[in-house]
Amino acid sequence: MSYTGWILLTSSLVGLSCGLIGVFLILRRMAMMADAISHTVLLGIVTAFLVTKELSGVHMLIGAVLAGLLTAVLVQWFHARGVQQEAAIGVVFTSLFAIGVILIATQVGNAHLDIQHALMGEITFVPWNVIELPWIGEFPEATFILLVVLAVVLLVILFFYKEWKITSFDPGLAASIGIPVVFMHYLFMSLVSVTTVAAFDAVGAIMVVAMLITPAASAYLWTDRLSMMLFLSSSFGVVSAIVGYLIAVWLDTSISGSMAFATGLVFLFSFLCSPKHGLLSRYIRPEPMSDSH
Amino acid sequence: MGMLFSANAQWVLFSALILGMASGMIGCLAYWKRQSLMSDALSHAALPGVVIGFSVIGSKNMPVMIAGAAISALLGALMIQWIRSSSRIKEDTAMGMILSVFFGFGIMMLTIVNRSAGGNQSGLDSFIFGQAASMVRKDVYTMLALAVIVILVVFLAFKEWKLFLFDPDFARGLGLSRRLMDGIYLAVLVMVIVIGIQAVGVILMAALLIIPAVSARYWTHSFTWMVILSAIFGGGAGMVGTLISTMGVGWPTGPFIVLASSVLFVFSLVFGKEKGLWTKAMQIRLQRRELRDAVIEASTAKGRQRGGEVG
Repeated sequence: MSYTGWILLTSSLVGLSCGLIGVFLILRRMAMMADAISHTVLLGIVTAFLVTKELSGVHMLIGAVLAGLLTAVLVQWFHARGVQQEAAIGVVFTSLFAIGVILIATQVGNAHLDIQHALMGEITFVPWNVIELPWIGEFPEATFILLVVLAVVLLVILFFYKEWKITSFDPGLAASIGIPVVFMHYLFMSLVSVTTVAAFDAVGAIMVVAMLITPAASAYLWTDRLSMMLFLSSSFGVVSAIVGYLIAVWLDTSISGSMAFATGLVFLFSFLCSPKHGLLSRYIRPEPMSDSH
Repeated sequence: MGMLFSANAQWVLFSALILGMASGMIGCLAYWKRQSLMSDALSHAALPGVVIGFSVIGSKNMPVMIAGAAISALLGALMIQWIRSSSRIKEDTAMGMILSVFFGFGIMMLTIVNRSAGGNQSGLDSFIFGQAASMVRKDVYTMLALAVIVILVVFLAFKEWKLFLFDPDFARGLGLSRRLMDGIYLAVLVMVIVIGIQAVGVILMAALLIIPAVSARYWTHSFTWMVILSAIFGGGAGMVGTLISTMGVGWPTGPFIVLASSVLFVFSLVFGKEKGLWTKAMQIRLQRRELRDAVIEASTAKGRQRGGEVG
């Protein structure tokens, strides 16, 4: 496959998996938790690097999941002890992120890790970091990890589809009929961390928040059905990835920044033009008759 | 370490102190408005304004860049408000979107500016993590002036802030305009964020607003003391963090300031006078001991009494 082809495939995979996860983030009102986890994942990666002295995909994934879970546990712990949820998130992620940045800037600075990369991603290097796969041959490592993560995300979502639905919309009901709500919560946090770290190489820590939240929020304006929302959100993710790449090539600028910008364009379009909840439709559509009586 | 004693370094340290104090105070307002993460969204949203401000002038000019940052942060705040009020998107989702999309746009512009001539020496990258050492005397003056204004605004209208935060209905009854207070609040919040950006960076600026306020909460129940303590914590963390970051070449200031305030937070969490974990454990232990003593005393008294009856 050509160089552009690999980049488009990688970024579409980011859009797909982030779009799927994002739907549940929004429905569970955990958008800012995604922001927090995307920052702390950096600490997980740095720690994994310090422990193993190599940058391998598997170690990074494990480190990231641990860091993500640590964030979720700490936020929960502080919240249970009377700190406002928002403030708890703010304290935990900024502290862990600062530790990660300091570790990079001081100790590991001469290694392959650098802050710019971690924050903004380096999708342009993705096609050159290849690994040898049986039967297939050379395959970019980041793309391969993204494929595996997408498969895991899809499996977990499909396998527990009913459970996700109930725990997202009515946690009380879910708990009362015996669904392990706490377990589902931490399973979901692990999924968020895994997706974030897989998308890390491509779009970096902060832009991954755009890929997670914005397509899902756009989809939320178009439909009331969960399955439809999942489909729309992942499609919006792919569209933003491709449009973002085109903008980046056109202006010769950062690919990940343009992708985040493109998700914003998709949202703006939905915000204005969605037939159900858009701004324009509200002016065009007459008020329902039943309300005037 | 040599630069530590130069006049410029002392000015930088002093401005970190004032900045920390100002953000500690505003952080208390944000805490009680339950808008801790709003500051995170707004500081990320300031990035495109900084970069556009730079590219309009073509050189690093503090007032223009601060104005750019303020405009783009305010735009972000208005958009969050607009999305929340005119669609079914919740506030946290709106904040996450504005934060990341604005930041992405900022990175786009930053890459373009850095590519063009003169971009590399602009030190624009230092706006992401903060580089207090890169500040020159004029920047320090600008920062100081703005920080003093912020502190004065909190100080002079202290009674009004209290009413506004804790009893908005009563405040309205007294004729205190909610809109005006909301406007002033947003203005000082944005002001603190934009002056902090150069020292702490857009990514970690929120920490300076959130962590000192939360730490102060562990020491007192009084709002006045919370603001004072939070200012002390913020100022202390600002100075210590800046000091440490001057010890290594190219060490970013922001993360060290945040780490210093996290250390203060953990200390408050454990030893805080009002809600600290260790303090609480000690109180429980003391109460248990008192209870046990009382029970023992009561039972021995009873035993003695009974013994007396038998005898």
